[in-house]
Amino acid sequence: MIHARGLARTFRKKKQEVHAVAGVDLDVEAGEIVGFLGPNGAGKTTTLRMLTTLLEPTAGTATVAGCDLIADPVGVRRRIGYVSQSGSTAPEARAGEEVVDHARLYGISTEEATARGKRLFRELDLDGLWERQPKAMSGGQRRRLDIALGLVHVPGLVFLDEPTTGLDPQARANLWQHIRGLRAERGTTVFLTTHYLDEADALCDRILVIDSGRIVAAGTPDQLKSDVGGDVLTVTAEHADAAGQVAALMAALPGAEAPQVDGTRVVGRAPNGGAALVALVRELDAAGIAVAGIESRRPSLDDVFLGLTGRSLRETGAPPAVPTESLEAAR
Amino acid sequence: MSTVATPPEATQPTTSATATSNLVRDTYTVFARAMRMSLRNPAWLVISLLQPILYITLFGPLLTSDAVQLGAGNAYQVFVPGILVQLGIFGALFVGFGLIAEYRAGVIESQRVTPASRTALLLGRVLRDVVVLLVQGTLLVLVAIPLGLRAPVAGVLLTLVVIALLGAAFASVSYALALTLKSEDAFAPLLNAVVLPVLLLSGILLPMSLAPGWLQAISDVNPLKHVVEGTRAFFDGDYGSSTAWWGAALTIAMGVAGWWFGVRRFRQESS
Repeated sequence: MIHARGLARTFRKKKQEVHAVAGVDLDVEAGEIVGFLGPNGAGKTTTLRMLTTLLEPTAGTATVAGCDLIADPVGVRRRIGYVSQSGSTAPEARAGEEVVDHARLYGISTEEATARGKRLFRELDLDGLWERQPKAMSGGQRRRLDIALGLVHVPGLVFLDEPTTGLDPQARANLWQHIRGLRAERGTTVFLTTHYLDEADALCDRILVIDSGRIVAAGTPDQLKSDVGGDVLTVTAEHADAAGQVAALMAALPGAEAPQVDGTRVVGRAPNGGAALVALVRELDAAGIAVAGIESRRPSLDDVFLGLTGRSLRETGAPPAVPTESLEAAR
Repeated sequence: MSTVATPPEATQPTTSATATSNLVRDTYTVFARAMRMSLRNPAWLVISLLQPILYITLFGPLLTSDAVQLGAGNAYQVFVPGILVQLGIFGALFVGFGLIAEYRAGVIESQRVTPASRTALLLGRVLRDVVVLLVQGTLLVLVAIPLGLRAPVAGVLLTLVVIALLGAAFASVSYALALTLKSEDAFAPLLNAVVLPVLLLSGILLPMSLAPGWLQAISDVNPLKHVVEGTRAFFDGDYGSSTAWWGAALTIAMGVAGWWFGVRRFRQESS
């Protein structure tokens, strides 16, 4: 569905070149739900805007839904749906009219557009909101209305930019159901961006991790996690002076990596966490070390991101090296 | 590419005939949407219709007093064309504010991701503005008649054509600037910086013939001054004069330039 090679976009900001996207290769097959995961400012939206013809790449080629991005942008536009982060309806318009007008721009007749729009409203739990103004709808309803706009011309490929940002947990879970339904009921290919790890984990068949304009990893959530190199072991010693001993024992486990000590807490990684945990408990007991807590868990996508970039995705609230805000404004 | 069926219209080769009919269809869709939203806003409707009436009833009487000598026999014959031009320019220049609001709501981007012609996205909006302008202009003329306006019908109609062209040009420029700046905070000072000198140097409120020589010289390079004088000639029934056609020619030139500027901006990426 999507095949991109070396896709890049450079902005010029105060005589300085900013590589928002620095050569992205990606392939998405029909029927997949693929997530584009990365912190704010990593280049997710810029890549998406290139793939949806809104932004011309400064380098690279791509075929989207069978059409060449550069040579036939109108062909691409006909075949894709795009749900942007910023919404797509006027607050004062009526929800149903926005859907019909949007469909009309694809050459769909008013009658057909109305029929399709009403069907989409039923499917997306927007029943009874046809005459409602978007400004009088909840955040979750508005998001589903945006999705209805993106689907009214029955595209085979839909791009969702940060679909659940700003929604409460219930609305998010509800939207995930609808996104899964797109593929299950319509066979739609879905390409979405997110900076939520749980969203990528719960929703996507495959994840592309992007950081500073480059794809740093790709694979299924399980693949990515197993690539981290084992499960995460955490031991909390009763006394801080025993932590060094705990770390030594943990490092001696087969296949383990050098653990990190933080006060009484020792965190390390070892393949096959369950067996490693049992072995570690025996060693600790034999050495007579008092332990306050011990656990083994599967690595999360955050561990994946940390391993790949050296930064935690949860801590990217701080401004990244590239000034995101001004980059967004320069689009 | 996939198991998903291609929409039938996608396989049709795009000939120039279908491209034209698509342009008309898309323009109408954009126009109808814009018009519907305007008409549904009662505050906008009242203000738009009240504006020309206020000009005529609250400013017009000043010109008929003996204190002002305009030379022409009928004060409204001088005043109404000026106000029409002002309506055309300044009404149209402010339409960009609406576009910035639409941009912020994501409407522009969601329209740009459709196969609709970029020209249609501009043309539909400009058409709405021209229709509004013509309704306002007609109303203004009708209100002025009982107050003493006497002018030939042909002259009035020609003037309305000029106003429509002028309005289309300035609306295109306004949309293009709004799409470039994308912020009311940048757009408003720019408009203010342009509007006031242009207004004062156009002879819209009072003919520049009342001005001292140096002021007249400055106003001579303002094309709008010639447009205003041209429409005054039309209202005078003076169709053959060079003043009339100089004004009309400048209007067409500004129309072409404004339209070119707007279309170019709408066709550009990253808008």
